Amino acid sequence: MQINLGDPNILPWLIPAGPLLAFFLIMLISNRARMLPATDHAYGGHHPDYEGMEVLVVRGWSRVLSVVIGMAGVLLALVISLHVVSLGWGYGHYFGEEAFASSTAWLDTGLTTFDMGVLVDPLTVIMLFMVPIAVLGIFIYSIGYMAHDPRQSRFFALISLFAGAMLTLVVADNLLLLFVGWEVMGLCSYLLIGFWFEKESASAAAVKAFTTTRVADVIMLLGIVYLYLETGTLSFREILYNPAVLQELATTPAIILGGSAAALISVFLIAGTIGKSAQFPLHAWLPDAMEGPTPVSAMIHAAAMVSAGIYAIIRLFPLFVAGADPHHGLFNGPLLLMALVGAGTALFAATIALAQNDVKRVLAYSTISQLGFMMAALGIGAWVAAAFHLITHAFFKALLFMASGSVIHGMEHGEHHVHDHASHDDHDASDDHHGHDDDQHESFDPQDMMNMGGLQQRMPVTFITFLIGGFSLAGFPLLTAGFWSKDEILADAWLGVTHGYLPHALVFILLALAAFLTAFYTMRQLGLTFRGEPRTEAARHAGLGRGVVSVTMTLPLLGLAIFAIVAGFIGVPEDFPLFGALFSPEAVGGNRFHHFVIEALPHNSATEFFAAVPDMQVSAPPFNLAPVATSFIVALGGLYLGHRMYWRRPLRAGEADPLVKVLGAEVHETLRRKYYLDELYERVFVRPSFWFAHRAVDEFLDRGLIDGVLHLVGRVFTWIGDLLKVLNAWLIDGVGDGIPEGIVALGLRLRHLQTGRVQQYLLYIAIAAILIGIVFAASAGAMVTAG
Amino acid sequence: MIDSVFGLDLLSALVVLPALSALLVLVLPQQKRLIRWVALVLGLGLAALAILAFRQYQLSEAGTGYALEQSTPWFELLGASWHVGIDGISAVLVLLTGILTPLAILVSWEIEDRVNMHMALLLFFQTGLMGVFVTLDLLTFFLFWELSLVPMYFLINQWGGPGRQYASVKFMIYSLGGSLGFLLATQLVGWAVSAQLGAPSFDMVTLTETWPMLANTVGATFLGIPIETVKAFAFIGFFVAFAIKVPVWPFHTWLPDAHSEAPTAGSMLLAGAMLKLGAYGFLRLVIPLFPDVWVAEIQILGLPATNAATLFAVLAMLGVVLGAFAAFAQNDIKRLVAYSSVNHMGFVVLGLAVAAQAWGEQFIAGGTDRLQDAILATNGAVLQMFNHGLSAAGMFLLAGAIYHKTHTRDLRQYGGFWVKAPIYGGIFLFTSMASLGLPGLNGFVGEFLIVRGSWPVFTLLTALAMIGLLFTGAYILKGIRSVLHGPFNMRWRDTRLEIETREVLAIAPLLLLMLVTGVWPNWILPVINQSVTQLLGGLAG
Repeated sequence: MQINLGDPNILPWLIPAGPLLAFFLIMLISNRARMLPATDHAYGGHHPDYEGMEVLVVRGWSRVLSVVIGMAGVLLALVISLHVVSLGWGYGHYFGEEAFASSTAWLDTGLTTFDMGVLVDPLTVIMLFMVPIAVLGIFIYSIGYMAHDPRQSRFFALISLFAGAMLTLVVADNLLLLFVGWEVMGLCSYLLIGFWFEKESASAAAVKAFTTTRVADVIMLLGIVYLYLETGTLSFREILYNPAVLQELATTPAIILGGSAAALISVFLIAGTIGKSAQFPLHAWLPDAMEGPTPVSAMIHAAAMVSAGIYAIIRLFPLFVAGADPHHGLFNGPLLLMALVGAGTALFAATIALAQNDVKRVLAYSTISQLGFMMAALGIGAWVAAAFHLITHAFFKALLFMASGSVIHGMEHGEHHVHDHASHDDHDASDDHHGHDDDQHESFDPQDMMNMGGLQQRMPVTFITFLIGGFSLAGFPLLTAGFWSKDEILADAWLGVTHGYLPHALVFILLALAAFLTAFYTMRQLGLTFRGEPRTEAARHAGLGRGVVSVTMTLPLLGLAIFAIVAGFIGVPEDFPLFGALFSPEAVGGNRFHHFVIEALPHNSATEFFAAVPDMQVSAPPFNLAPVATSFIVALGGLYLGHRMYWRRPLRAGEADPLVKVLGAEVHETLRRKYYLDELYERVFVRPSFWFAHRAVDEFLDRGLIDGVLHLVGRVFTWIGDLLKVLNAWLIDGVGDGIPEGIVALGLRLRHLQTGRVQQYLLYIAIAAILIGIVFAASAGAMVTAG
Repeated sequence: MIDSVFGLDLLSALVVLPALSALLVLVLPQQKRLIRWVALVLGLGLAALAILAFRQYQLSEAGTGYALEQSTPWFELLGASWHVGIDGISAVLVLLTGILTPLAILVSWEIEDRVNMHMALLLFFQTGLMGVFVTLDLLTFFLFWELSLVPMYFLINQWGGPGRQYASVKFMIYSLGGSLGFLLATQLVGWAVSAQLGAPSFDMVTLTETWPMLANTVGATFLGIPIETVKAFAFIGFFVAFAIKVPVWPFHTWLPDAHSEAPTAGSMLLAGAMLKLGAYGFLRLVIPLFPDVWVAEIQILGLPATNAATLFAVLAMLGVVLGAFAAFAQNDIKRLVAYSSVNHMGFVVLGLAVAAQAWGEQFIAGGTDRLQDAILATNGAVLQMFNHGLSAAGMFLLAGAIYHKTHTRDLRQYGGFWVKAPIYGGIFLFTSMASLGLPGLNGFVGEFLIVRGSWPVFTLLTALAMIGLLFTGAYILKGIRSVLHGPFNMRWRDTRLEIETREVLAIAPLLLLMLVTGVWPNWILPVINQSVTQLLGGLAG
């Protein structure tokens, strides 16, 4: 068979190949370490002190080579992706239906086969644009950020696998391959969250992330299986481009729980996304996920992982709307579920973010909140807006995480500086230098915004880029990407409100409130971090230093800052005053993003659709002043309020957060403790599971009941054996001497080997069973020969 | 292609040569190095034969029936013959057994005590396993079934851990207890069929055709007992024997004891190959022979009417769920891995239950409604048997490797080993993930197929089994966290913890197969699929 790699139908296979290959190359070849004392500087400061132990630290050449291999892999993926993107972008109107695709038989299933393949359609194209660029930024950043880590080679291997898995997920043409990428990413995030596995907290966070998402994944697996059962395929195209299949799914009653098959499958699949995209009630893993190195947070929160959940729903959207039509007020269970969970989570997470002091934790909750926006948008049928927000969010969130990483790095730098000076002054003996160092690290939290302040002057580039990312997140009107995508969601919701649809109204109100809080806590974060006077000595000396580290950690920030602004201009509504004419003129066909992405799902012009399957190709909502005004008001209002409280009069050292006074101590504490959900889960799920496993299953059932019965049987047979023994001795005394005596003697001899009661019984069982066995076999044999 | 080895046909050679190899190892001069190397070379040679048999089967394009068949009269009075042959299902298990034995030998390098006996037992064990997998005669099936017990008993009893007496006796007695019923059932089946045919026969191919039809042809009774009762008795006899071996919940408590006390190589073979005997027995005998019994209505204490297949599925679900919980509760690394076998084999049983239900319905009522579900579930079950063989053997190897170095199996004594043993850590993670069923590795494909097959047939039970799948994650992560993560336990500061090259070599083939099967399952699945489809009557329609 001739395979032409230049063929755009084949090319997508190669997109994940680079990073995946890099993973194997680094793991098997270039990852080499040497033994160094654990006290050595190269082992770094974030590990407990292993006195007198040798640990493995990556070799210099291995570090460099691994970085080169990792970069080569991601660059390869980027180049191929962008090539495919340009081919797809320029393909023309029918790209949605025709798409690049190829597949091959993967699994024999009776007389049929299951095919595995790749697919590039408009939705894939926008992901192939976003993912490799964000990933490249993260990789470059990691060169500097991890430059002093003793396991940098492994780190590059793992993020390569992460990137490869995400790209696999993106180019998958069926749900099963998507699930493969989905789960491998789960593994990667587990390994990377727990990358500094010496820390108990990191290890615990990793387990929490994996277990929480796995709750969702096993439910999702049922959804996949059910879909496969009903349709006989998992190929996106065969299901979604097939109105008969969708119609069938929407009308078949579900196998359990009532409703239609389509609804039940959808709910199962949505559950998967609730876990992966950290929606309430399975959101708890994401904030803890920052135990991993910061580039990992960027990876999880922006480029991959959480985006995958939303992507999967957009990808399968026709399935979810089968039997409903949100644009005409006709909702079904899955849509309502998404709308409620999404809008609820958006607001819920935003309130928690208000009271967090950890610079990354604020961002983590903002991610949950923003994903809620997308989820809610999907719930009201605005899938194009959700896709748009997915892309812009990825850019500004990657930027924010890496900028916060720089802040943390700068703070650690400052802390080292302070510490070095202190020890200089003390003329400390160099011997206990390191123990001392670690003590300092434990007591000082470089991520706590209360320890910062005044970084604006010390880290100007970080400040500017953080500001851009933050404003984009807050949806600063007109200039930032976040505004345009968030505005589109609100506009879609408003359109439903004008028709009097209740879910739309609910989504609109909750999202508007959440957007307001978002702007406020962003400003709070900016103010606390960068404004005023430094609140600690570490902050006073913060900085990135010079050299490779600072360059590689700054470059991606600048690149992503550009995207955090311009990425929005591709999706400006054409009838938006001034900006519409500027960015989406008639000459380019209006709102380019909308017109391109909308082709990804089937629509009327291509297929005759049944009434049960609504038209996927909704036109963008017409310009309306109300949602735009709302966007303006909530963004600017939130920013203004934050500005008043944290910017104009920055917090001084030792001062309490002014928010405590505003909200009241009790409310603030509830928010700070995340509504005590972690404690609740611990009590309701975690501890009962432990109890059930240890007490109920292991001790009571297996060791107690089942083994108890076994031992009882053993005792009975022992008794029978004793009886037979007595009978034998008394009845056949002298006749059948040899056999029973031999057995008894054996038994007596073995008895000495026994130490405990239980074993003794078992031995008796042994003897009894052998006796019975012999009798049995002999009689059976006799019967056979007789017959 | 090679048709005969030392004058024996390929399959007979697979059975006989391991025993001869064992003898050869026994008579070697008492030099440990020599014995080890000879045993390894012999093991590899046997593995080559097994691979050859698999390959021959693949190339034979048998499609229907058995390949490499060979039949010679043996015990004519009883109607037993030396009849060997493999279909896709046995071919896969032959391959698995063949691969595992040399790896177990390689791992046994660490044994210093009575090396020749140890190696000989490992080789002899292969005779028992291969015999069961290749024979097509019920009586020899039983013979090899029993034969495989002996070497394993001695391996545990002689080279095991501190609790080896209890563990080995429990293992032996429990298995023998099952065998009693097995023997009775074998006699019943052979006898009844010989009455029907007029000549005695234990030939499994004949039995499969004749026995299920008995109720319709032989009057209403057999020896004065209604034929339904005879069938039910035979069914129970087979069922219990195989259920103990799999092990099906609640017949599983011998397993954690046997595994945790067995030497590493013993655990590898026990989990990797021996548990498959039970599942294979179900697939080869109980499902084809008793379609009517599986779906006959059973009424228990006013509960809704059910049938044996459904109860089987209930036990499967309990095995999956409670096995996972029990594994999660263990603090002994080998017990944890042992319970993971209960959990994983639970999925195999679930797949078999689907096959039983579907085949039964088809036998009674005709129609092919459940055919596709049954084929997928059974494909999954067989693949899961193969996969579990790889991952369980791998996990036991790794557990043994760490036990050998620390002399403790207590997970609480470990901690943070990844710092000092990065290669071990990587391999441990990889194998754990295969065991967890991570998509992209082998375990997932089998589980996916089983869940797909069982969902329409046993919907609620499948949904409940998902709890087990969740806790599979929990106990695997517990294992990883206890061994690799967390602060390093300074007690092992000066202990060499890194995996040895020899152990890496022993596990490498397993790792490769895990990855390849996960990425490209169709290297092996067509072999399974064809035979399964035929077994369930999919080719007829």
